[in-house]
Amino acid sequence: MNIPSELKYTKDHEWVKLEGDVATIGITDFAQSELGDIVYVEVETVDETLAADEVFGTVEAVKTVSDLFLPLSGEITEFNESLEDEPEKVNSDPYGDGWMIKVKCSDLSEAENLMSANDYKALIGA
Amino acid sequence: MKNTALTSTHEALGAKMVPFAGFNMPVQYEGVNSEHETVRNAVGVFDVSHMGEFLIEGETALNLIQKVTSNDASKLTIGKAQYSCLPNETGGIVDDLIVYKIKEHTYLLVVNASNIEKDWNWISSKNDVGATMRNLSDDYSLLAIQGPKAVEAMQSLSSHDLSAINFYNFIVGDFAGIEHVIISATGYTGSGGFEIYCKNSEVKQIWDNVFKAGANYGIKPIGLAARDTLRLEMGYCLYGNDIDDTTSPIEAGLSWITKFTKNFTNSEALKAEKERGTERKLVAFKLDERGIPRQGYDIVDGNGNIIGNVTSGTMSPSLGIGIGLGYVPKVFATVDSKINIQIRKKAIPATVVKLPFYKG
Repeated sequence: MNIPSELKYTKDHEWVKLEGDVATIGITDFAQSELGDIVYVEVETVDETLAADEVFGTVEAVKTVSDLFLPLSGEITEFNESLEDEPEKVNSDPYGDGWMIKVKCSDLSEAENLMSANDYKALIGA
Repeated sequence: MKNTALTSTHEALGAKMVPFAGFNMPVQYEGVNSEHETVRNAVGVFDVSHMGEFLIEGETALNLIQKVTSNDASKLTIGKAQYSCLPNETGGIVDDLIVYKIKEHTYLLVVNASNIEKDWNWISSKNDVGATMRNLSDDYSLLAIQGPKAVEAMQSLSSHDLSAINFYNFIVGDFAGIEHVIISATGYTGSGGFEIYCKNSEVKQIWDNVFKAGANYGIKPIGLAARDTLRLEMGYCLYGNDIDDTTSPIEAGLSWITKFTKNFTNSEALKAEKERGTERKLVAFKLDERGIPRQGYDIVDGNGNIIGNVTSGTMSPSLGIGIGLGYVPKVFATVDSKINIQIRKKAIPATVVKLPFYKG
């Protein structure tokens, strides 16, 4: 199971990469392998400002629909639109081409609540 | 929870196992899309041993089957199978099934795993004609070997000419070194192939030989998730989704297996229903825009009024669009009718289409 040490994680199996006040967010390798073939990623909250833990989109595998929860409060500035035609990138490259959104964070102190790679590893028993 | 005779085989192959109808079943091995494609283009093998098998025997076997099933089993000759359903007395369906005529006065009924006990009790309750009933479900295994290369890939395993077995026909013969196996040209995928019925003690040998014989044809094990996407692309009904105790065979589009050439459970009411026309119908639809319909989603008209519900839905792996089945009022049931599927906050436009969605 790939769990890059430079990223932060949530209990909802999302990863966060912070650069200044901009967070890039996706789902983890563990999440994509649990979901199986991902066939649809829907994000219709671009330009909206949401609080942490609010739903910013959904990811659909063949048999399941899962909500995506925002790890950090802020404005959703970008959606990886290439996922509209190639949602399978989330399976093949969850930390790279399979990224989902970018968020302009409104409260960077929330980042302290995120998990380290080691904590996340313990969570999933990897 | 029950295991099939092949559970440890699936686990060794790395299958993701899930509880299904009381059985521990493989839902996928390497991934539903690639498994789907394997069956559409080559050959794949499903362990569907959870399915139930009842043997009905005796001089009155046909009388009992004619009473409980909607299709006309008197039309069956030895070596032929027939899709049918068990109507209940209140307009719905107890189960759908396949009826095989094995020999004179001997029939095999193959029923859904989730309904084995219900069907057994139902048919028993109608057996006032003295037919002998045996529930073989725990002793028999079922492999579905499906795909356009199935016949060629499996030929070396039998002395019989497999290409000579026509659709919905079967033989009892040798297969993979086992005698008296039912080799049935049936399936739930629309891609051709066989279903193999054998004893639990024989199935591992058959499974292993099937994979050896199919090695040069790209054979792979296929899980229940792909079984669902494959059947839905063909528009085959799934009991519990598209048909159940409250849906009539007429509105479900199963008139073709509901034959009023004989009397059966609730046949008079169903005949009247057919003559007057049903208020709603099960239709197939494809989404006109991006999205995936799911079981239970509302179907709405142009003004947002709920007119029905989705009974099955998925992203079609072959077509790359959202497809589904659902019940709508008759006025929305004709091909090319425009309906909408309520997916979360949006009503996504959809078009009623003819089945199958996928033509191989």
